[in-house]
Amino acid sequence: MAHITFVEADGRSVTVDVADGWSLMQGATNQGVDGILGACGGACCCATCHCYVDPARLGDLAPPDDIELDMLQNTAAERRPNSRLACQITASPALDGLVVTLPDTQE
Amino acid sequence: MNGPVVIVGAGQAGVGAAEALRAAGYGGELLLLGDEPHGPYHRPPLSKAWLAGEMESAQLTMRAPELLARKNIDLRTGVTVTAVDRAARQVVLADGTRLPYAGLVLATGATPRALALSGADVPNVLALRTRADADAMREWLDRCAAAGQPVVVVGGGFIGLEVAATARKKGAAVTVLEAAPRLLGRVLAPMLSDWYADLHRSHGVRLVFDARPASIETANGRAVAVRGADGTRHPAGLVVVGIGVQPNDAVARAAGLECERGIVVDACARTSDPHITAAGDCTARRLADGGLLRLESVQNATEQAKSAAAALMGEERPFTATPWFWSDQYDRKLQMAGLSGGADQWVVRGSLDAASFSVFHYRAGRLVSADSVNNAREHLLVRRLLDAGVSPAPAQAADSAFDLAALLRA
Repeated sequence: MAHITFVEADGRSVTVDVADGWSLMQGATNQGVDGILGACGGACCCATCHCYVDPARLGDLAPPDDIELDMLQNTAAERRPNSRLACQITASPALDGLVVTLPDTQE
Repeated sequence: MNGPVVIVGAGQAGVGAAEALRAAGYGGELLLLGDEPHGPYHRPPLSKAWLAGEMESAQLTMRAPELLARKNIDLRTGVTVTAVDRAARQVVLADGTRLPYAGLVLATGATPRALALSGADVPNVLALRTRADADAMREWLDRCAAAGQPVVVVGGGFIGLEVAATARKKGAAVTVLEAAPRLLGRVLAPMLSDWYADLHRSHGVRLVFDARPASIETANGRAVAVRGADGTRHPAGLVVVGIGVQPNDAVARAAGLECERGIVVDACARTSDPHITAAGDCTARRLADGGLLRLESVQNATEQAKSAAAALMGEERPFTATPWFWSDQYDRKLQMAGLSGGADQWVVRGSLDAASFSVFHYRAGRLVSADSVNNAREHLLVRRLLDAGVSPAPAQAADSAFDLAALLRA
């Protein structure tokens, strides 16, 4: 399990526990985080779970695969070096305390 | 608008419309009526990770109930709408309750077409649409895998093939019965149909083409085989029916809304009644040329939902972007952009033997769609080309070294 803090676009932050093996998209949408949509249900096909990962912690995450990197071209908000798709980040104890900032729009 | 707004259907389109209304500043009463016992959940995993037993129930959640509550979206589950009284502007529920509306969104979805064969009315002949369908299917699938009984999939479309892939993953023997001479023949290029046939065969799926299932053989109230018209017998511990869906337009039709292969809407998701919009799988969009376009996809649901919300707020927000779809089978992700109907020329970009490639569809010399396998980059590029009305020459599409993105900068 990992405590993950999602910072919504309006600055409100929500810290949720995400079970090991769950994606951050699942953890967020299941617990009332507003700024993540995940329209395709986690198939890495819609880029509506775009998030900015704390740059200092990027190395704790498994790197994105080619499909995620390509789909990141399709985010509604600006893509940054720390952009990831939350459906492709799997929670584990290594991510405990991670802070994820959400863009102001997903579509 | 003062409201109330009633949304019938709590799937992708219904939830999307509710959230879009709030985002647009609608502050009135907002009712979201779902006929299933669960709150909004993601359907796409049902044929894959959910069926495989790799997900917990909460991982399917589309929106947490507290989030809907915070947005003052009044979700009511287990509610069946039986009629729309347009004259009184009321929605009628199965228990007789009447709910007034100032604006109505019909997001009623679709229902799998039933297999009209004798013997099909038994518990282990199942289609896949809802979580309840998937739960029942998983039970029978696990039983098949444990007992060494085959799964017979009727219909080699996306749902059927995704279920076939999941069933193989679970260790069950799988036979797919397809009525046409190839898989996914109405959408994919012939060479990609063959490629998918090879993919499934390589995973041990038995494919039967030109199949004519004639009856379901039962014993003790359970299906035990599918019988073909030619007498062939396909033993089955589970029969999966994947032969398409029918839009849920009965209530709209009875209310006198224009319906034809679905609830007819314009590009802005407006029906023939100015107080009623419709979104998602239940709709058929009237095109500028008078034709009807039926799309069954997440994109169509989310986009029409936004259009429907805008229409109720008095705005025009047409959804005319390039349609896109996807299908995950084994470790291959197929992403489709555009509509391939009527294509008469196909061009492979890359190699069908490579880990990733695309097939471009042309009609009368113009690009109409492309299917990309494990190649999201080209998929997104084709969406941009089609949105911009740019058609690369077939020779350019076939040349992997040619920079298609340059056409967008021209």
